[in-house]
Amino acid sequence: MTSSPAVTRVLDVEAIRKQFPILHQQVNGRDLVYFDNAATSQKPLVVIDALIDYYKGYNANIHRGIHTLAEKATKAYEETRHTARTFINARSEQEIIFTRGVTESLNLVASSYGRAFLKTNDEIIISGLEHHSNIVPWQIVCEATGAVLRVIPVLENGALDLEAYKKLLSPRTKVVSVNHASNSLGTINPVKEIIALAHAAGAVAVIDGAQTGAHVAIDVQDLDCDFYCLSSHKMYGPTGTGLLYGKRELLEKMPPYQAGGEMIKDVTFAKTTYNDLPYKFEAGTPNIADVVAYKYAMDFILGLGHENIAAHEHALLTYATERVSTLKGVRLIGTAPQKVGVLSFDVKGIHHFDIGQMLDSRGIAVRTGHHCTQPLMECFQVEGTVRASFAVYNTKKEIDQLVEGLERIINFMK
Amino acid sequence: MNIEETQDAITEEFSLLDGDREMAVFYLMELGQKLPEMPEADRTEENVVKGCQSKVWLSGQLEDGKVHFIADSNTAITKGLVSLLVRIFNGQTPDAILNANLTFMNRIGMERFIGTQRSNGFGAMIKQMKLYALAFKTKMQVNS
Repeated sequence: MTSSPAVTRVLDVEAIRKQFPILHQQVNGRDLVYFDNAATSQKPLVVIDALIDYYKGYNANIHRGIHTLAEKATKAYEETRHTARTFINARSEQEIIFTRGVTESLNLVASSYGRAFLKTNDEIIISGLEHHSNIVPWQIVCEATGAVLRVIPVLENGALDLEAYKKLLSPRTKVVSVNHASNSLGTINPVKEIIALAHAAGAVAVIDGAQTGAHVAIDVQDLDCDFYCLSSHKMYGPTGTGLLYGKRELLEKMPPYQAGGEMIKDVTFAKTTYNDLPYKFEAGTPNIADVVAYKYAMDFILGLGHENIAAHEHALLTYATERVSTLKGVRLIGTAPQKVGVLSFDVKGIHHFDIGQMLDSRGIAVRTGHHCTQPLMECFQVEGTVRASFAVYNTKKEIDQLVEGLERIINFMK
Repeated sequence: MNIEETQDAITEEFSLLDGDREMAVFYLMELGQKLPEMPEADRTEENVVKGCQSKVWLSGQLEDGKVHFIADSNTAITKGLVSLLVRIFNGQTPDAILNANLTFMNRIGMERFIGTQRSNGFGAMIKQMKLYALAFKTKMQVNS
């Protein structure tokens, strides 16, 4: 995890925890320990209140109505776009398209860009670290266009093999699509370098930022990526929304992904003209309430500061790595030098389902299984792992509880 | 012991755990450890129970009109779960198994401590055992 200790400020985690009502409950008779943040993060009061305020105060359909509520809802919806532009440093708000989240963003790019611009024997490069949502949409495009999928191999420590990537690149490469950080292992990929290499080969670069939005500062202009995808629900925001950033010149030439209201300028039975960006890609009534509240989640992150969040989570990851790796039979999976707060491991002779269930009985929520990355699991020759993933509200004390739970099951099973 | 009596006994044992989920999980794992080992040769793809998230192998035999199951699982908790069913059904007639009304799961509040996914898998195990019983019953009718 990149952290610059000179400028970071120590966060008041107890004060932060107070803003997350869900954390203050007992699960199976014990204080909840929520370590499934890579799957979805919990929501602070500001986000919950924004949802309530919207439905209580100004729920209306946006962009078309002229009445006061519609004006208010439209303004709030567009304010999120404004905040999102700042959040990722896009050039313009027209480059921010609201989607249901990373999965839809990737499908949008694969389907719209892929089908319009890819042809037989063109190559798409993804990596061995990808979530199924950054594999399957490209496989579907390959089937439709005759393009071919290539995969950057993963090194033993869970980092990408960049030398192998360089060898995969060729004039046939048209798209490179990788995650900024791996959901299963936590590896932070050197995306700036990956993007520059893709561009040098004449390809567009797509970045899945599902695991970075809440943890790593994102500057799409500095990265120079062509597309960047985010999910609100992994960034302390509501479920069911997220965004796609795309460079304007690319979005302009891409055909619409879905059709309906909102995305059109004029419709006649003879011909329809499409709306301008970003609305060309936002067909139908969008997820207004969740988009409105998403702004508050981004403001929450910006208020704490990515570098401070990263420093706190890095400290948690370091502590958890030290403690968990000394337990009998534990093998850490993913030990790349740059990681977000994800600790994936297996324990010799104990199935990950049993560990997950056992920890749950002690109020500890972890993820077990293949984490929607079956090819990656195959590469490490495991069926699945136990994954503890950290957020800004987690504490060292909670890691102690995890270790205690693990010790109990390991002792029982030996 | 008939099926009802075994169900009562299981309910009684779990009631001692006083609703403590962690203890229930450990107890299930202990029960699984006591399950007679299933020979490697029986852990075939054919014997895998479909519909379980964990891998569960199950095979049954008919001896003197009574059914005998052996089972195994790759996860300790599921092995404990299947051991409960083996305990309830072993030594019973195909008819008794087919007519059995399993109530102990609700009585011990099993879904609460194993979750919905494992409960669905548990249903698949019961179904598979009843299918064995039906096959044995048919076989007995043909032979008689």
